[in-house]
Amino acid sequence: MATVELTFSALPAHVRTARLVATAIARRTGVAESLLDEVRLAVGEACSRAVEAHRVHCPGEPIRIELCDEAGRFEVTVTDAAPSDDLEEAYKDEDGPPTPVNGTALASLLPADTLMSGFGIAVIAALADDVEVYPSGKGLRIKMSWPAATTGLATA
Amino acid sequence: MDLKLDHHTEDRLTIVEVEGEIDVYTAPRLRELLIDLVNKGNFHLLVNMEKVDFLDSTGLGVLVGGLKRVRAHDGSLELVCTQERILKIFRITGLTKVFGIYASVEEAKEAHGRDK
Repeated sequence: MATVELTFSALPAHVRTARLVATAIARRTGVAESLLDEVRLAVGEACSRAVEAHRVHCPGEPIRIELCDEAGRFEVTVTDAAPSDDLEEAYKDEDGPPTPVNGTALASLLPADTLMSGFGIAVIAALADDVEVYPSGKGLRIKMSWPAATTGLATA
Repeated sequence: MDLKLDHHTEDRLTIVEVEGEIDVYTAPRLRELLIDLVNKGNFHLLVNMEKVDFLDSTGLGVLVGGLKRVRAHDGSLELVCTQERILKIFRITGLTKVFGIYASVEEAKEAHGRDK
């Protein structure tokens, strides 16, 4: 497994940089050319949502992206620091640890006018091969993945 | 690539030329232009997206906002787009049923002429 991590200030201008980095690494990891537009759009949506949330709740905090290849999958995790307690409350298990939420289910829960986030997550759910969303009081984590060549970053 | 915007009016139809990327950073400029055009009485808009490289949900929100504004004046906001990568996001979100989408400016102008 090889991982690239990137943190950036919650500024709209940096979302494009995050998209470019994610697309470049996806290509290097062996994601099919036909899927690269989907990676670019999904990562852009996740980062835009995070930037909008940070601008409301915590403009000084950075947003983190992890990109890794593991067992033939290219996986991107976008983590923000804006509280999503309402989502956590709606989806948490009784006395259990935070559980991932299916992207489509979460999108249906979010009001459409909440930072366009419900819309953005719905788009991500349609684009990524697999999406999991982890809401918590400390922020929202969106993990998405696509199939990649098994000889990707780790051996390139 | 940044966003380049231009517009001109032909026979009551205002054609907005968009080039580059429409995302969370650049979408406010397109929003301002659409609001300005509507405020100046341009209620029939055609947004040419043939040179758009990237469009996300923020950009879609701006287009939907523009459509809402022109409809308040019995106007229209239609699009020219043949790029599959851009059309895909309209399909995913079901917005192909909301916007008139044409293959060329000429085709849109013909349709607009028929509707007048």
